[in-house]
Amino acid sequence: MSRKERSMEEVKVIGFWTSPYVYRVTWALKLKGVEYEYQEEDIWNKSDLLLQYNPVHKKVPVFVHGGKTIVESGIILEYIDETWPQNPLVPTDPHARAMARFWIKFVGDKMRNFQGFFFKRAGEEQIKAVKEAQEYLKILEDHGPEEKKFFDGDNIGMTDLSMGWLAFWLEAMEEASGVQVLEANSFPRLHAWIRNFKQVPVIKENHPDHTRLVAYFKRLREMFTKPATT
Amino acid sequence: MEEVKLLGFWPSPFVYRVIWALKLKDVQFDYIEEDLSNKSELLLRYNPVLKKVPVLIHGGKAIAESLVILEYIEETWPQNPLLPKDPHEKALARFWIQFGLEKMRPIHQAYFPAIGEEREKAAKQYQEVLKIVEDQCLGDQRFFGGETIGMVDIVYGMLAYWFECMEEAVGVKVIEPSILPRLHAWVNNFKQVSVIKDNLPHHGKLLAYYKTLREKLVSARSTLPTPSNHDAS
Repeated sequence: MSRKERSMEEVKVIGFWTSPYVYRVTWALKLKGVEYEYQEEDIWNKSDLLLQYNPVHKKVPVFVHGGKTIVESGIILEYIDETWPQNPLVPTDPHARAMARFWIKFVGDKMRNFQGFFFKRAGEEQIKAVKEAQEYLKILEDHGPEEKKFFDGDNIGMTDLSMGWLAFWLEAMEEASGVQVLEANSFPRLHAWIRNFKQVPVIKENHPDHTRLVAYFKRLREMFTKPATT
Repeated sequence: MEEVKLLGFWPSPFVYRVIWALKLKDVQFDYIEEDLSNKSELLLRYNPVLKKVPVLIHGGKAIAESLVILEYIEETWPQNPLLPKDPHEKALARFWIQFGLEKMRPIHQAYFPAIGEEREKAAKQYQEVLKIVEDQCLGDQRFFGGETIGMVDIVYGMLAYWFECMEEAVGVKVIEPSILPRLHAWVNNFKQVSVIKDNLPHHGKLLAYYKTLREKLVSARSTLPTPSNHDAS
């Protein structure tokens, strides 16, 4: 089958409205003008369909194209970029491309360090976890977008989509846990990036509702925060 | 033809992934051994974020993280492709690479410094994960890449040589032929491939290295994950 023929086949995304990993995929598809069917999955009550499509990890997003399934958002993004080459998400320069993959991997590997603060109750442990998150954010601040508008250059790319959690999810987590992590004074570049990112029409029109997300995170926090020892 | 340099550390399976990929594609490169207990300015300059090996330097530009380097090598030197051409097959290969990384790392961190009965428990967990890989990725193929080795074989290469030394250091075997017959066969087939056979660290030295490392880990046992100076991916 030619790439053109393949690109015409049906696309389906199985997702959950709070997931930044799902948004990476839907943003990518919208940026390329690719039509798709979206199916909401309740990850707290997984359907047979999900378990069938992703038996190994049982997670969203699940991407189905022409009947074939792909999971893991980073892998899905690479596939989308190869199958629909318009509006490329990956830089053309091979080294810049390698840097994009490096950052995506870095963020993925260190997500526990970035988000650990969210799962701590107020007190010593939370303060320590916030400091740790800030250390890792400092790495992004220093080495990330630098003087460019986006992580990937003048145009939004795969790295930016993978950093999307910084733009919407982090502020909701901060609000839900009552801490400030990404202070504007300490992280001017990241704040500038967030502003630029949120201006992109596809992003502006497609993100979870802030109030709903904060409420969701508050509930999540109650479920997972260990009670303080008295 | 721009210069290619590789910063490495002789026992590191992650460094060997890069060596194998370059050799399979017949790319000339300079290898520079790093003393990780005394990191060079070169390493700190070329991998300021993680300060780990391997680091590939091509035409003066640096790339870190073995998996990222492999993708770069694949794109820059397309001869003897290591990934399938079909996009869906390619996505599957990448999936299994990531699966190995995510599922095996925590189990490995439990297995390697395990003592007493913990060893058997960790070995069993390891076998469960490897069984999934054996059934769903390797299947009845000679290699993960099919008839010839590909990127998935290279990434799982640690299991074919380094792991034997680790098993010997721990004292409990994981890749038992009765439990993981196809994976066990793959180990032998993989080691016979000439590029692999000719590019492996010295067995005796490696075994001594892992025995010493294990002793250090066992005596310094804590619940925190062990940091590493060569990337665990």
